[in-house]
Amino acid sequence: MTLQDLTQAMGKPTFQRKAEVIGIGREGELLEVAMGPQHPSTHGVFRMDVVLDGETIVKLKPVFGYLHRNHEKIAENTSYLASMPYTDRLDYFCSLTNNWAYALSVEKLAGLQVPERAEYIRLITAELTRLLNHTCLAGFLLQDMGALGTPLMYAFREREKILDLIESLTGARMMCNYMRFGGCRCDLPPGWVDAAKKVVAEYSKFLDEFETLLSGNEILMARTQGVGKLSAELAVSAGVTGPMLRASGVDYDLRKVDAYGIYARYPFRIPLGTHGDVYDRYMVRMLEMRESLKILEPALKDIPEGPVVDPKAKLRGFRPKPGEAYGRIEGPKGELGFYLISDGSPNPYRYRVRPPSLINLTVLEDMCLGQTVADAIVSLGSVDIVLGEVDR
Amino acid sequence: MLGTGILKGMVETAKNFAGSYHDPERLTTVEYPEQRIAPKENARQFPMLIHDTEDPMKGLRCVACQICEKECPPQCIYIVKSKDKRADYKGQMQFYPATFDIDISVCMSCQICVEVCPFESIKMDTEFELSNTDRFGGLLIHKEQLAKSNEHYRKIHPADAAASDAVLAAEVAKAQAKAKADAEAKAAKAAAEAKAKADAAVAGTVPAPATSTAPQPTSPPAAPAA
Repeated sequence: MTLQDLTQAMGKPTFQRKAEVIGIGREGELLEVAMGPQHPSTHGVFRMDVVLDGETIVKLKPVFGYLHRNHEKIAENTSYLASMPYTDRLDYFCSLTNNWAYALSVEKLAGLQVPERAEYIRLITAELTRLLNHTCLAGFLLQDMGALGTPLMYAFREREKILDLIESLTGARMMCNYMRFGGCRCDLPPGWVDAAKKVVAEYSKFLDEFETLLSGNEILMARTQGVGKLSAELAVSAGVTGPMLRASGVDYDLRKVDAYGIYARYPFRIPLGTHGDVYDRYMVRMLEMRESLKILEPALKDIPEGPVVDPKAKLRGFRPKPGEAYGRIEGPKGELGFYLISDGSPNPYRYRVRPPSLINLTVLEDMCLGQTVADAIVSLGSVDIVLGEVDR
Repeated sequence: MLGTGILKGMVETAKNFAGSYHDPERLTTVEYPEQRIAPKENARQFPMLIHDTEDPMKGLRCVACQICEKECPPQCIYIVKSKDKRADYKGQMQFYPATFDIDISVCMSCQICVEVCPFESIKMDTEFELSNTDRFGGLLIHKEQLAKSNEHYRKIHPADAAASDAVLAAEVAKAQAKAKADAEAKAAKAAAEAKAKADAAVAGTVPAPATSTAPQPTSPPAAPAA
C-alpha cells in the first residue's frame, strides 16, 4: 500500500491533515510548545506537548517515560522479597503505602495472616503517609500557582515531624522498606507511640493555620475555582481514583469499599466535592487529613502488644504456591494495586502495578482544553502525580 | 469583603515570622556542618562488616556464605570465598571472605543483607559523609574499609547490638554445651569400651567382633568437633 492509498483509506488527504495541525484557516497560527521535561512545574521529568491558540490550549498530549526503570520486569527476575525496596521508589513520597499494597497482594497469594499489632502499625503508618502526602501536595500546588516559598515551607516543616517519626521507626526517611509479607520488619521503638500521639495532637493546629493561610485566600480561589473541571461521568469512565474522583462527587474509597486491614473498626467520613475543579481537589485533601487524624488518634491508643510478623512467613526461600492475586489499597493518590501471578518459583511469573498517578493523568487533556497555560499547570498540580510511579 | 482572606493569611505569616525569633517550635532548622542532629537509633546508611578481635581482618564474623550477595536486590555485593579455613568466634573452622566489596554507588540501603545474614555479620552503619572525588574506585568499598568493630556497632545501635550479642552468646553456649556433651559421650563410650574389654578379659574368651567394631565409632565424632 502506498502512502496515497493509506491517506485515502484514512479519508483525508495528507496536506489537509497537515493544515489542520498547523492551523491554516484560523485567524492566527497555532503554536506547538513542549512544556517539560525540564519545566519546573511538571513535578519531575514529564512533558506536556501543548498546542496553543494564543494562550488557549487546543490540544495537549502528555508524554512520559523519562523515568522508566523497568520496575515490573526487574521484579519478575528477582525474589518476592527483593522487590519490596523497589516499591519504595514507585511513589517516593508514600513508600509505606506502596509497601503495604505489595505486602497485601503477596499475603493474598501465599495466604499469610497478619498479626494484630502489625495491622495497627500498618494503619498508623499509612495514615501518617496520607497526612504527609496531602500536606506536601497543598504546598506544591501553591508553588505551582506562584506562591513561592511560604506555603511549601510550612508544609515541609510539618512533613519533617512525620518524617522524623518514620525515620525512628524504619531507619529511613523516604525509602522505608518496612513492611514484610505477614507483618512488619521490626517492632516500634520505645517511646514511638507517645511521640506519634504528640505529632497527631498538634497536627490539627497546623491544619487550622494552613487553612487560615490558604483556604479563604481570594487569589487562590480565583486561580482554582472553575479551573480544570472534571465531570463525575468522565472520571468514572477513565478509571480515575482517589481524592480526584471524590472531588468530582463520586463516593468511592477503598478504605470503605474493601475495608482492608482494620479500617472497618474506625469510623471516618469521606469528604466529597461537588464541582470537580482544582479548588475541590485541594479542599477534599484538606478534609481528608482531618479524617485521617480521627483514625490516628484512637488507633494510637488501642495499639495492642504482640508479635509484628506471622511466624509462618519466611524471609528466604519464599515460594508461594501457583496462583494469582490482586491486592489493592487506597493510597494517598488513589487505588494502588499489585497484580501477581505465581508459578511456584521464587520469582513472580507476572508482576503488574496499577499506579494511580498514571491513570489519573489520562484525563489531563480533558481538564485543560480551552484554558490557559497557567491553568494547565495548576490542573496538573492538582492531579498529584509522582513520576516515579507514572513511569515505573 | 474582598481581601479579608488575604489579610487573615498575612496575619498568620506575621505570627510565624515573629515566632521565629523566640519560639523554639518555629526554629526548626540547624546550621548543619557546625550543628548536628544526633542520628536516630534505627537510622541506616550503608552496610558494614562487624569484627570482634583487635585485628579487623582476622576477626571478621563473615564466613563468606554469599547469602547477602544472592539476596541483594541491586546486586552490589561481590564476595570471593577463601581457599583455607580459620577458626571463628566459637572455635569452629569456617571460610572467610578473601574479597568482600560493596559498590555504594549501587547500594540502595535497603537492609535486606542485614536481615538475611545468619551470622550477625553484616550490619548497617550510620556514616553518611561519604562524598568522594573518585567516582569509580572511591565508591567501591573493600572489606578493609567495611570492617567496623563490635564496639562501634554497640555505640550506634545499642538495642540491636545487645540483641545480636545475645544471639552470639547463645550460639557460643550451645556450641560449648555440644562440645561438653560430645566429650561426655566420648568419655562414657570409652568407659563402656574399657568395661567391655575388662569383661571380655574376665570371661577369658575372645569376643572378636565386639573388639574390632568398638574402636571405629570413636574416631568419626572427632571430625565434626574440630
